[in-house]
Amino acid sequence: MNKRILKRYFEKFIESGLMMSSLVTSITVLLIVIFLFKEGFTLFNRSPIEKGMVMVVNKSNPVNALDAAEIKQIFDQQSTHWSDFKGTSDSIQLFRIDEIGNYYTDEQIGENFENIPVLLSRLLDSIPNMVAYVPQKYTQSGFRGKVLTVKAISLSQFLFGTQWFPSAQPAAQVGIMPLLLGTLWVSLIAILIALPFGLATAIYMAEIAHKRTRNLLKPVIELLAGIPSVVYGFFGLVIVVPEIQRLFNLPVGESALAGSIILAIMALPTIISISEDALRSTPRAMREASLALGATKWQTIARVVIPYSSSGITAGAILGIGRAVGETMAVIMVTGNAAVIPHSILEPVRTIPATIAAELGEAPQDSVHFKALFALGCVLFLFTSVINIIVAYISRKRK
Amino acid sequence: MKLKSGIILGLLAIGGMAIAQGLVSVKIKGSDTVLPLAQKVSENYMKAHPGSKITVIGGGSGVGIAALMDGTTDVAMSSRKIKMSEKMKLQEAGKNTKEVIIANDALAVVVNTGNKVSRLTREQLEGIYTGKIKNWNEVGGDDAKIIVYSRESSSGTYDFFKEHVMSNKNYASSVLNMPATGAIIQSVSQTKGALAYVGLAYIEKDVKALSVSYDKGKTYTMPSVANAQNKTYPIVRPLYYYYTSTVEKNIKPYIDYILSAEGQKTVLAVGYVPLTK
Repeated sequence: MNKRILKRYFEKFIESGLMMSSLVTSITVLLIVIFLFKEGFTLFNRSPIEKGMVMVVNKSNPVNALDAAEIKQIFDQQSTHWSDFKGTSDSIQLFRIDEIGNYYTDEQIGENFENIPVLLSRLLDSIPNMVAYVPQKYTQSGFRGKVLTVKAISLSQFLFGTQWFPSAQPAAQVGIMPLLLGTLWVSLIAILIALPFGLATAIYMAEIAHKRTRNLLKPVIELLAGIPSVVYGFFGLVIVVPEIQRLFNLPVGESALAGSIILAIMALPTIISISEDALRSTPRAMREASLALGATKWQTIARVVIPYSSSGITAGAILGIGRAVGETMAVIMVTGNAAVIPHSILEPVRTIPATIAAELGEAPQDSVHFKALFALGCVLFLFTSVINIIVAYISRKRK
Repeated sequence: MKLKSGIILGLLAIGGMAIAQGLVSVKIKGSDTVLPLAQKVSENYMKAHPGSKITVIGGGSGVGIAALMDGTTDVAMSSRKIKMSEKMKLQEAGKNTKEVIIANDALAVVVNTGNKVSRLTREQLEGIYTGKIKNWNEVGGDDAKIIVYSRESSSGTYDFFKEHVMSNKNYASSVLNMPATGAIIQSVSQTKGALAYVGLAYIEKDVKALSVSYDKGKTYTMPSVANAQNKTYPIVRPLYYYYTSTVEKNIKPYIDYILSAEGQKTVLAVGYVPLTK
């Protein structure tokens, strides 16, 4: 009697333990998603220049507002005259606070920088065509210049902007178009390469190979999935990149194609094992009916087995894409990471995961750069979620 | 009670001796460029002064200086001079920082060994890195596209090169970013039109270093330890330690050791340029 009660309690205990762990897992996932989007969304409606810094000009300057792209043009000296921004025909003179030592001595500045506001006003008075990038606190008491309005980062600038310079000073450029296209481009070509190979291997293993061959082949293919991605990356850099360069006679081998080939190899195990399972789950009765009607083995495979398992194969392919989209380390080593919009598969590209991995470590917390990387994470998350939803939909249709 | 105070007294006595023998306990954080040097020097120092405890952590120059602000490190190592804005923030936090240059680092511009160009001016480098010059024949080479490599934007080397060579202009977006110097060397050795910058220590026979001119082509200098030391080679940056004046007394023996002849020998061994007396 006692024993039975104890047993029941024990089972209850196990049950609640299992429930708790699934609860904890779901909550963790949910919290991560909330955190990601909370951080990512603070990017918008935020000034692209560093907190506590402002752009100032002489009072007489007719220009009142600039956006991030215009500021970059000015500080890269691509636009050298105020007339480019509906101002006077004067040339633009640049000033950063670190350059104050070029104009005034340490004694004039003062030990605690107490004279900077006055000196700054004097400087702007004497050089009316100057634009200065300075801390806000020096523009408060006794400052005679004009503070420029800097236009905030908008969603469309983020999604459709073509310039990715998140650490540019003074104004960060956070257009993700090149990264988005780079990611799609590399993943798409990867799947185009991996799908025929993967499918052929799966068909061979499920339908044609002897049991012994299959038992040998299967662990080998699963081994592919166990190789660390940095090893793939190194292999790509040393073998694939120079080969591509030689084959296509290119000036540079680091390209979208190199990334795609490596990703294709990495996506193969997923595609093969899922497609193989789908192929093998074709009911024996269907196969035998086809053979009994006089169809050859190949006809049976092509007309009966593949159509029957097509949803499983599609799911495998899409999961393969999912793997390729999120892959970081291998891609970072072989694609060259130039943030340009790709025009061919033989050009360098920069992908979203590579960008996050390479830049997050050094981005100052709470900066525009930091938030932009989180927003990139959101984009990637949405992307892979869509892929997963499609897979779920297709597999459900199968039943 | 008695036992406790005995232990405390004992600890105090050990502590007293520790200071006398040059034992230090210090946390160092910051630049990944300075990291290998700081590690090696600290290792040697701890070997010579058993009982010292020096922890060295990388993360980047900016990370180190930020840690100095919030007090999570005693010393910040940096591959660039502290920025005016950072100095102001430190001052707001009521911290008075001291700066010491522990070594120099020279950046070499390298190309593929098959490239016939052997020298460039600063203006040409700026043009190439900002994307204005695109073909080697514009700078006296063959008719071939220039493939420009750079370190990732997170590295201090990226910033230094931008400030000193590109007069603060932004890199062209077509520049290829590599995650590590090793990857840059690998790529340059297998790409005919490649151009890249690397630390002096990384020059090897697989790549060709260029001589550089900072006076519009009047004199060109090859990157070498000797040329960096006598200041004829222009792309040289000091490597810094920053610390607050409150810990100065504690870490003085360690700083003195780095600046000593023995410490500077380590600097050379790690591949950086020793300070000139």
